Amino acid sequence: MTEAPNGRTEAAGATSSASSGEYLLETRGLKMHFPIKAGVLKRTVGHVKAVDGVDLQVRQGETLGLVGESGCGKSTLARLILRLLEPTAGEVVFEGENILGYDRKRMLRVRRDMQIIFQDPYASLNPRMTVGNIIAEPLKTHDIGGSSGERKRRVQELLEIVGLNPEHYNRYPHEFSGGQRQRIGVARAVALNPKLIICDEPVSALDVSIQAQVVNLLQDLQKEFGLTYVFIAHDLSVVKHISDRVAVMYLGKIAEISDRKGLYAEPRHPYTNALLSAIPVPDPEKERARRRVVLAGDVPSPANPPSGCNFHTRCPRVREYCKEHVPPLIPQEKNGGAEAGESPDHRASCFFPVLEGQRIDERAESTPYRVSER
Amino acid sequence: MAMLEVNDLKTHFKTQDGTVKAVDGVSFSLEPGETLGIVGESGSGKSVTALSLMQLNPKPPVEYPEGEILFEGQDLLKASESRMQKIRGNDIAMIFQDPMTSLNPVFTVGDQITEAIRIHQQVSKGEAKKRAVQVLKDVGIANPERRVDEYPHQYSGGMRQRAMIAMGLSCNPKVLIADEPTTALDVTIQAQILELMVDLQEKYGTAIVMITHDLGVVAQLADKVMVMYAGRAVEQGPTDDVFYDPMMPYTWSLLRSIPRLDTAGEVRLLPIKGTPPSLIFLPEGCNFNPRCPFVKDECHRIDPALEGKKPGHAAACILSPEELENKKHRVDEELGVEG
Repeated sequence: MTEAPNGRTEAAGATSSASSGEYLLETRGLKMHFPIKAGVLKRTVGHVKAVDGVDLQVRQGETLGLVGESGCGKSTLARLILRLLEPTAGEVVFEGENILGYDRKRMLRVRRDMQIIFQDPYASLNPRMTVGNIIAEPLKTHDIGGSSGERKRRVQELLEIVGLNPEHYNRYPHEFSGGQRQRIGVARAVALNPKLIICDEPVSALDVSIQAQVVNLLQDLQKEFGLTYVFIAHDLSVVKHISDRVAVMYLGKIAEISDRKGLYAEPRHPYTNALLSAIPVPDPEKERARRRVVLAGDVPSPANPPSGCNFHTRCPRVREYCKEHVPPLIPQEKNGGAEAGESPDHRASCFFPVLEGQRIDERAESTPYRVSER
Repeated sequence: MAMLEVNDLKTHFKTQDGTVKAVDGVSFSLEPGETLGIVGESGSGKSVTALSLMQLNPKPPVEYPEGEILFEGQDLLKASESRMQKIRGNDIAMIFQDPMTSLNPVFTVGDQITEAIRIHQQVSKGEAKKRAVQVLKDVGIANPERRVDEYPHQYSGGMRQRAMIAMGLSCNPKVLIADEPTTALDVTIQAQILELMVDLQEKYGTAIVMITHDLGVVAQLADKVMVMYAGRAVEQGPTDDVFYDPMMPYTWSLLRSIPRLDTAGEVRLLPIKGTPPSLIFLPEGCNFNPRCPFVKDECHRIDPALEGKKPGHAAACILSPEELENKKHRVDEELGVEG
């Protein structure tokens, strides 16, 4: 059972396909298992479980941050939502309808409303097309914007919206700097007035002084056009800056999800704790005072994920129980102990969450956290 | 005498379009066990500075018209190539940014580490290999006896960077130059590598030059900081002074333009307008004036030199500390930021 923010309780999960009006986007039990082929006959010898059962809800007008280390499945998830990849299992529900069954024609209509901004502003713009044509292409594909003259005016308007000179309409991508190119990518994404934009590491490739320009632009556009963002990044500081809610992914699964404040102030999952403590803060005194939790080892291979809780190989709180049981993503206690109650919006998949006042490397003494519920 | 002292180093590239002053008058000194953080954007001259210390820039097109690099009193710019080969890897070692491309894929990791050891020390192959196993163990690689015979592709990204560090440390260098050693790594692996570097520094008293664009990494590790912009040091001083009281508008702007984990989401970011200048066509006057939030008329004429603003803290800006303080305050008021 998932409780909605306004207090209503409603059925959700992989089995239900009831539409829910308040979410713009929902994924239910979404899985992407890439086959590993080997030998002359190219037989499937295993699967890379890039995305392994993800339930996400994105509300109209909000920014959902999606963080995790490389290889955790963030970008695959983005591609699944846009149906650039066909998932192995699960549903992608956009505006209350599962779009996975849609044929080409209906899909084309939906794609108007969902766009993507890619990470690499050098690779995502065709070097042989002028900027004008790049931005006009979605308009042509969807046959909107009227005559070519009207389209040109629309493109120039878009260039102005993203802070570029409209007279640079006829220039080629190589004539622009990295930050400017990313603005072109943004203009292309907003050209069709979409409802949802998936930003896949939109500022990671940019210099620090340029990142802020693009982040501010995205925030301004969201306010102006009421956009909904799924903001994917590995940088938790940027995600904290821009997101209303944040989901942390580990090995294809959601480790923790909460509103921004809850996740950063009261991280419950040991992985979230470790991630947060690993990020250096540009403040020498705070840095000297910090206690860092350094995780041992690397992220395991998604082709052969650990049994039980997939984080158990690196977890400082690991107990025998974790190696055999898969923790569900369940609501977490608010700070203030059991009296303060649970926050339905703050969920983590851990049997021994880091509760108020605890340190991550302190092993929880209690029995597995509310295991009886399972 | 400092272990490493760089005075007015200039590294220029002669190109058809003109001279690129990649490093244009940089000075700093480093004591044993000390860490200097060099911060700047891409193209600001950080990496060229590092390569100059090792004398690894291709000559031509590179020229060193002025300056000296004194390592234990000896000027490396005047040292012969054979002398440099003795110093490189032995006294001064370097860790490169990209562990994927800096290891040779056709040799085992062990081969590459023993090569470094055997060049500098008269030891047998067996002895060198034993030492390679030891350094791999020092940098926290599990099963070093087995791993030493593996190829780089069998290592993960974090392990490759550890192997690079192992190679750098195999001869116990006095100075370690780390050029963005963690930029390509995930944060949890970055934390492992930085912790490792600090441990090794405490153990061996190595002086570290840490080149990065991540101000957080500098705040965590560095004793002193040098901020570079367009080939020049624009601010230099003890880490705390530079972070808490930046005297150059560029440093201040950088600190205000990045989202920070401790305050993110509470204040709007203050982007630095425009882009870094071309090193061939530098702006008139101060290099930073087209992007500076506090620019005055004089900034277009006067090219400020790096000058002491407070003891040990220098910045290249014509604004007096009081003027700067007022201007910072005004921006904060406009943005509605407290403090």
